[in-house]
Amino acid sequence: MALPKYTETRYRVWHYSYLFICACVFIFLIAPLFVIFPLSFNAEEFLVFSEGMKNLDPDAFSLRWYKDMIYGTKNPWGLAAKNSFIIAIFATIGSIILGTLAALGLSSRYMPYKGIIMATLISPMIVPLIISGVAIFFFMAKAGLAATHTGIVLAHIILGTPFVVITVTATLTGFDHSVTRAASSLGSNPVNTFMKITLPLILPGVISGGLFAFVTSFDEVVVVLFLAGLENTTIPIQMWTGLREQLSPTILAVATCLIILSTLILVSAELLRRRSERLRGINR
Amino acid sequence: MSSETQQILTTDGIPLSVSLKKAERKNKIKAFLLVVPLLLFLIITYILPIGDMFMRSIDDKMVTNMLPKTFSAMEKWDGKEMPPEDVFVGFYYDFKILVENKEHGKLAQRLNKEKNGFNSIIKKLFRQVQRNKIDEGQSIKEQIMKVHKRWRNVEYWQAIKRTAPPYTTAKYLKGMDMYYGPDGSIKQVSEDRRIHRILWLRTLEIAFFVTLFSFLMGYPIAHLLATLPMKYSNLLMICVLLPFWTSLLVRTASWMILLQQQGIVNDFFVMIGLVADDNRPEMMYNKVGTYVAMTQILLPFMVLPLYSVMKTISPSLMRAGKSLGGTPFVAFWKIYFPLTIPGIGAGCLLVFILAIGYYITPALVGGASGTLISNQIAYHMKTTLDWSFASAMGLMLLTGVLVVYWIYNKLVGVDNIKLG
Repeated sequence: MALPKYTETRYRVWHYSYLFICACVFIFLIAPLFVIFPLSFNAEEFLVFSEGMKNLDPDAFSLRWYKDMIYGTKNPWGLAAKNSFIIAIFATIGSIILGTLAALGLSSRYMPYKGIIMATLISPMIVPLIISGVAIFFFMAKAGLAATHTGIVLAHIILGTPFVVITVTATLTGFDHSVTRAASSLGSNPVNTFMKITLPLILPGVISGGLFAFVTSFDEVVVVLFLAGLENTTIPIQMWTGLREQLSPTILAVATCLIILSTLILVSAELLRRRSERLRGINR
Repeated sequence: MSSETQQILTTDGIPLSVSLKKAERKNKIKAFLLVVPLLLFLIITYILPIGDMFMRSIDDKMVTNMLPKTFSAMEKWDGKEMPPEDVFVGFYYDFKILVENKEHGKLAQRLNKEKNGFNSIIKKLFRQVQRNKIDEGQSIKEQIMKVHKRWRNVEYWQAIKRTAPPYTTAKYLKGMDMYYGPDGSIKQVSEDRRIHRILWLRTLEIAFFVTLFSFLMGYPIAHLLATLPMKYSNLLMICVLLPFWTSLLVRTASWMILLQQQGIVNDFFVMIGLVADDNRPEMMYNKVGTYVAMTQILLPFMVLPLYSVMKTISPSLMRAGKSLGGTPFVAFWKIYFPLTIPGIGAGCLLVFILAIGYYITPALVGGASGTLISNQIAYHMKTTLDWSFASAMGLMLLTGVLVVYWIYNKLVGVDNIKLG
């Protein structure tokens, strides 16, 4: 963003202060994530940078909190990680199936009452989580699903489907319906057409919606707090308990792993978005 | 027959309009059937339970079901003098059943909430009934009135009468720090006990300022992202998207580390000489912590809609403005800014809606002065177990959010929500 030579001084000053403000905001956004990295390798138990760390003394760094995370006594993280992954995977599958079907219906130009149905399907995203938590808890308690994996999976499907509906609907806006008609006219049945023609074309949208659903479930704590028993503890629950009681470096080790995971998810979501735009012929 | 009036027929002899309509209906049903599974699932597991919340919030059937005979006798009582004998008789027989089912404790608890002092007199009456001290052959009114002097006080009978209706709006009033007085009028609780009103105002205040801060910070960077060449803006976009994808708890944890008294932010302030080393300010467990952490967490929700709107504004518009004699500021204010208003609306309402229902971050970094209405709802759900009150407050919050959502829908449309 080079400025033309004729720019007046006051605009030059303004421009650089604008860039400075932007730099500050970017630091504000991203820096908190990087604080966690070095501190999770702290050899000591305190959550501040020790003198040794400031002098880059190798003895001041260690993997002990990572070891504690994996082998620690009364280790809650193993069970929590297992539960988190199981719940998130099933919730994602459920969200993808229900959400994609609904998006296909919603994108049809014959769909009646489109506005109100869309609003209903997206409502779990808009309603504050605490209210969703209370409502879902009442349902699960009545259905006898409180403190079960099934209950939590169903709750996360509720919270995850809006994302799938939105991303798949967005993918379908650029969808050329003549290809499915061509398939039908060539004698393909609807299921076959969907599997062979529609699905491959909308797959990027489906997967990125699925990623959203996965992250939503993996990161969800409010609803799980109402639903989970001791056996259903998840990573967010453990972190929540840990943060409330005592901020230990082990939590930072877990947090580091989670940041790496979210980086991976971000990269795949970005790649998918670009691929989807390419497939839909949107050039930027 | 002229060709104009002749109907166009399909090959099987049905008028074309009829068969078109039939095909259209078939398509409608097909589209609808695809939505049905999710719609049914959401209605059963989500929409109806929210209705259930509403029923719970106004439900007051417990006493109504416990004292049916009393209330039917009370219908004829004017509620001013002591009730007549048949009210006492009804109450006695209702109470006897409760004693047999061991439910008198619940009644005492509920009535005590209506008027203090019921607990002990119901216990007294319970002992009398349990030992069969009450002679059903004589006047029951006289005998109950002898059990305790409060049973002779008409105010207690008025309190019982007030619990007769199966539905009540008392929980909603309680959420606004109001209650029903003995004569049924709405009263305010004393000034020093108006906790809920403080919480509502604080929730609004925090949601408003978090929205404002996100806007002030989000607008410049969204502008930068939209105007920079692609290769730079993609890189900077990661700074927005990575926090967006990172766990809420991870981000809250990092703020807890940064803002603690020995934390890096305080270290920095000491280093530049802003504060003395032995006088480090408390930046966590108060409103400051809530503002800082919530703004950072919700900022991506402001930047992304702003960015997607700014991306569509052609740079030549600004150039045209400048070439026609506007200073850069005038060109920005008169041309660029009005074009970004849809994005501003979307971003602000999105952040506001999310902030108003926030729970986790305020609970962790907010301390006592940073807690919001959601924390209060969770507290009543998990600690006091007053689920009907939690439901009532939840629905009050939901109403607020739905109003904002409605405005959002009017301004931008829900279908325009963009992710990533």
